[in-house]
Amino acid sequence: MGQITSAIQLIPIEHYMILCLTLFSIGVMGVLFRRNAIVILMCIELMLNSVNLLLAAFSAYHADAGGQIFVFFIMVVAAAEVAVGLSILVMMKRNNNSVDINLLSRLKG
Amino acid sequence: MSLLFYILAALSVLTGLGVVLARNPINSVLSLIACFLTIAGHYVLLNAQFLAVVHVIVYTGAIMVLFLFVIMLMDMNRANEPHKKWTTKLAATLSGCLLLLVLLASTAKVMLGGPAPVLSPDMGLIKNLGMVLYRDYLYPFETSAILFLSAMVGAMVLGKHEPKKI
Repeated sequence: MGQITSAIQLIPIEHYMILCLTLFSIGVMGVLFRRNAIVILMCIELMLNSVNLLLAAFSAYHADAGGQIFVFFIMVVAAAEVAVGLSILVMMKRNNNSVDINLLSRLKG
Repeated sequence: MSLLFYILAALSVLTGLGVVLARNPINSVLSLIACFLTIAGHYVLLNAQFLAVVHVIVYTGAIMVLFLFVIMLMDMNRANEPHKKWTTKLAATLSGCLLLLVLLASTAKVMLGGPAPVLSPDMGLIKNLGMVLYRDYLYPFETSAILFLSAMVGAMVLGKHEPKKI
């Protein structure tokens, strides 16, 4: 365990930043790429998780536990968002029989 | 041992791409679960053991299973999802790559050999985190309870099936 957890001393934080920015960009690309609303929600989860990983990395590199507490709060917000978002999707499926986001363009009014 | 980080990073990016590119929503969910497991591995590498456990339980155990349930209950696992035109897909890919370029360029100034990692093996343990959470972040903690309550009520109100009045 000590050997594993001391491995980060060899990894510069830039690599963590590159990894997290890549994951975030993949999430943004997915939101633009897909039309299925459930996959779009999953891509939002991916973006939130890349931010979580970056917060945990900074917390470890500065030996400050505040970053990990922030990750907990982001998890809370993500769980609430998924609960409400999925029930909205179930309602949309029930009313329209589809989860295509193009159907939501009629919300423009 | 630092090779472990690069293997996990490559797996994270590959499974993240799998989420976007999979045709079937079920495959997207499974790729996202794999991605979350690799991120939990990153947490273990970062001395955040409790965070890794909570991440696996909350995300992989609760949120993704909820996604899977909704997809299966709503019978959306057919791969007949309408797809965007290829021009739109090309534009989405281009804008994603451009966003990555802009983000990397904007953080390039910061990347001047950041701080050396401080090795503190007991920082991510539950005792230490609990002290910080309940001492310094008590009010946000209580506020998140209100957020959860409102989200629960909202989900119930939205999910309730009301028969048509007229």
